[in-house]
Amino acid sequence: MTANVDHGEEIRARVEAAFQAGRPLVPTGHGSKRFLDSDREGEVLSLAQHRGIVKHEPTELILTARAGTPLAEIEAALAEAGQMLAFEPPRFAGHGTLGGAVATGLAGPRRPFAGRVRDFVLGTRFVNGRGEALRFGGEVMKNVAGYDVSRLMVGAMGSLGVLLEITLKVLPRPECERALVLELGPEEAFRHVAAWEAEGLPVSGSAHDGLRLHLRLSGAESAVAEAVRRTGGENDSPGFWEALRDHELDWFRNLDGPPWRVVLPAGRRLPEGLAKRVLADWNGRQLWLDRVDDPVRLEEAAAAVGGSLMRFGACGRGGQRRPEARPGRERLERRVKEAFDPAGILNSGAN
Amino acid sequence: MKDRKGPIKDRKPLASKRKHKGLAASTEWAILSAMSTDSVYRQEDCRFEYDREDLVGRLGSILDDPQALITSEEALRAYETDGLSAYRELPVAAVIPRSVEQVCAILRLCQELKVPVVARGAGTSLSAGALPHPQGLLLSLARFNRILEIDAERRIARVEPGVRNLAVSEVAAPHGLYYAPDPSSQIACTIGGNIAENAGGVHCLKYGLTVHNVLEVTLATMDGELVTFGGAGEEGPGCDLLPAIIGSEGMLGVVLEATVQLLPEPPCRRVMLGAFETVEQAGDAVADIIAAGIIPAGLEMMDGPAIRAAEDFVAAGYPVDAAAILICELDGMPAEADAQVERVRAVMEDHGAGEVRVAADESEAQRLWAGRKAAFPAVGRISPDYYCMDGTIPRKHLATVLARMREMASEYGLRVVNVFHAGDGNLHPLVLYDANVPGELERTEELGGKILELCVAMGGTITGEHGVGMEKINQMCVQFSDAEREQFLALKRAFDPDGLLNPGKGVPSLNRCAEFGAMHVHGGKLPLPDLDRF
Repeated sequence: MTANVDHGEEIRARVEAAFQAGRPLVPTGHGSKRFLDSDREGEVLSLAQHRGIVKHEPTELILTARAGTPLAEIEAALAEAGQMLAFEPPRFAGHGTLGGAVATGLAGPRRPFAGRVRDFVLGTRFVNGRGEALRFGGEVMKNVAGYDVSRLMVGAMGSLGVLLEITLKVLPRPECERALVLELGPEEAFRHVAAWEAEGLPVSGSAHDGLRLHLRLSGAESAVAEAVRRTGGENDSPGFWEALRDHELDWFRNLDGPPWRVVLPAGRRLPEGLAKRVLADWNGRQLWLDRVDDPVRLEEAAAAVGGSLMRFGACGRGGQRRPEARPGRERLERRVKEAFDPAGILNSGAN
Repeated sequence: MKDRKGPIKDRKPLASKRKHKGLAASTEWAILSAMSTDSVYRQEDCRFEYDREDLVGRLGSILDDPQALITSEEALRAYETDGLSAYRELPVAAVIPRSVEQVCAILRLCQELKVPVVARGAGTSLSAGALPHPQGLLLSLARFNRILEIDAERRIARVEPGVRNLAVSEVAAPHGLYYAPDPSSQIACTIGGNIAENAGGVHCLKYGLTVHNVLEVTLATMDGELVTFGGAGEEGPGCDLLPAIIGSEGMLGVVLEATVQLLPEPPCRRVMLGAFETVEQAGDAVADIIAAGIIPAGLEMMDGPAIRAAEDFVAAGYPVDAAAILICELDGMPAEADAQVERVRAVMEDHGAGEVRVAADESEAQRLWAGRKAAFPAVGRISPDYYCMDGTIPRKHLATVLARMREMASEYGLRVVNVFHAGDGNLHPLVLYDANVPGELERTEELGGKILELCVAMGGTITGEHGVGMEKINQMCVQFSDAEREQFLALKRAFDPDGLLNPGKGVPSLNRCAEFGAMHVHGGKLPLPDLDRF
């Protein structure tokens, strides 16, 4: 086992030197999600050795860990205390660090029922593009002192700062969990799940693979038992939800090139027939599409309902498409980037 | 708004009057700057120079409605303060535009002339967030009060910024939905103000703050451009500026539209009360409820004086001889909520609760909540004035912080009553004082500052949900380093390079902190009470 060491000062000094020399850096954890922006340039700044859980206080519902801490290590420590990361970050090929999860902002199947990555970020320590180590937010649930800079780091791909430490809100692991499959078509399935959720059933996962609905229920034993009575369904194959989270389902093994990812606003749908294979997670809000005949048509269809589209992997951030061109916002994003990284050395070109 | 009792005496009656004498002449600006030593604004934040007549004339032609432009001193008085009525300033003018186009034109004009702008919703801020700037324009969003869309199937509401918080839940209710953040001023406060302050309430631990419940915001920037943040594009990877907007206290832009998520009403709610002989027991029970894996929908604590004040006021049936009570709300499917009630009961009894009472029906549940919700006005009946603080600490330090606060209060010869969101560790100490006793407000403010510094020293923060505003700006020097504050200021400049939106608030300048630090123990260390200064 690798020793848990604080390399924060070394990392800070490297950023400062890079700032002075105007030399671009590419902050990296395990590199398990590097395909998301493989075209970035610069010297690799590895955070993998800057690891370890700094603090875990179960009664405060908080955990603080260094950015390079493997997600697997964090989840194991939380599990021992009967807790979990409610946003269920993916671990591609079994890898992934906390810093990478926060920097990419990718959440797993529980997202629509538990919250986004940033909903669980309470505080961060990071090095900005001038080589200054800064701390924002904290270890408490409510904190409105100053701008919410910590949550700004989520999804920023390290372009605003090199994450050193992150404090998260963690949640109790549900007492009981059931994974079911139901023979329902996608539209019917999503409607049912929305209605079950509105009735208070403890839904924690809803995915449709084109053939069947995969439904997960988590909560108190009594609540799950009551929910199963209402939903019906057969037991799912074990490990389905982890495999979906980590893209290890057969659906992902049979891809014809990198899939397209579409995220839709709640209650919006894409027309049928845009791809030969579709896997819908988040009760229809996050779609994985394979064998897309006409990417332009897909892009237009996603934009028409306010969805966002990206080619997930192997093509760099050129694949990221926003719902619509928003010049005013892009200008502000550029200026915010300059406010954190005036020399443009952090993950340069990203975002 | 509910959190403050007023009116208390204007601390600067002379300054306020003098400021408006002769405003018609633009040459008065030099004099105004010189006067700002009397103001809660610093001189460095009052260095704007423009031709007032030019401003007023051009505002008139943008607004095209004489009632929408206010320049007379009498009418401006309506805007001189907000929920923190100790601070008062008159703006140069107030505008009440009707349309997005008007707001953008007003902002463009103010950008051109370099006029400060303070946006205002219902004016319920408890940190002087909506306090006018003495050289600035007060921008009221009162006419933006339409609910544009409720989509029950998608569980969203699209609203204008002047819509009241409670109004959103009211229109959602027929669909079995509600808007989760519920600050105690929810009957009056607006969604725009909630976004500016990242408002909380009593259900945050389970259902989140404003930042967790707002999906999209359209903002007018200081140069009059409309920009929309949030939406489905913000599901990582990709830069997401929405969290910077929420809680930005009107310093980055003016919110003109928001899409919020609505939650389904839970199938059942159970409300219970536990009474304790010591505050420490109640504090420990809070930690153990969470440790048992239960996330209550609400978990509130009141101390003895608050219990008695509330009981005298609304007869909620509280045990008046208890040192502390916990009010716990549990929700979910009936079997689940009932099981949790029993587990919470066991935890409370383990910690020595003399009485644990579960509301038998909805009306008893409402009665248990009524005392908590009326706690601030109830405290208002036992003291001529009170000052409502808002700090957050890690829950495990509740007992220590409460004991230390009692000591500090007695050192200052003041009384403190505690009502707070125990589940979040969010304290609302109410310092009781009498504004008619010379020096008592100043002493109260100083004690308040010390309480906030205590929160920082215990690993917490100077504000959980009320914002920094003007009130806590000095304590920002204690919580953040120079480099961190400079990073805040750099973010501010990215949106508002000329510093025109709500200047002098939220983030202190390096100068201000240098001055504050000179008379203060610095570096997050707990300052020793210094009674010699009185």
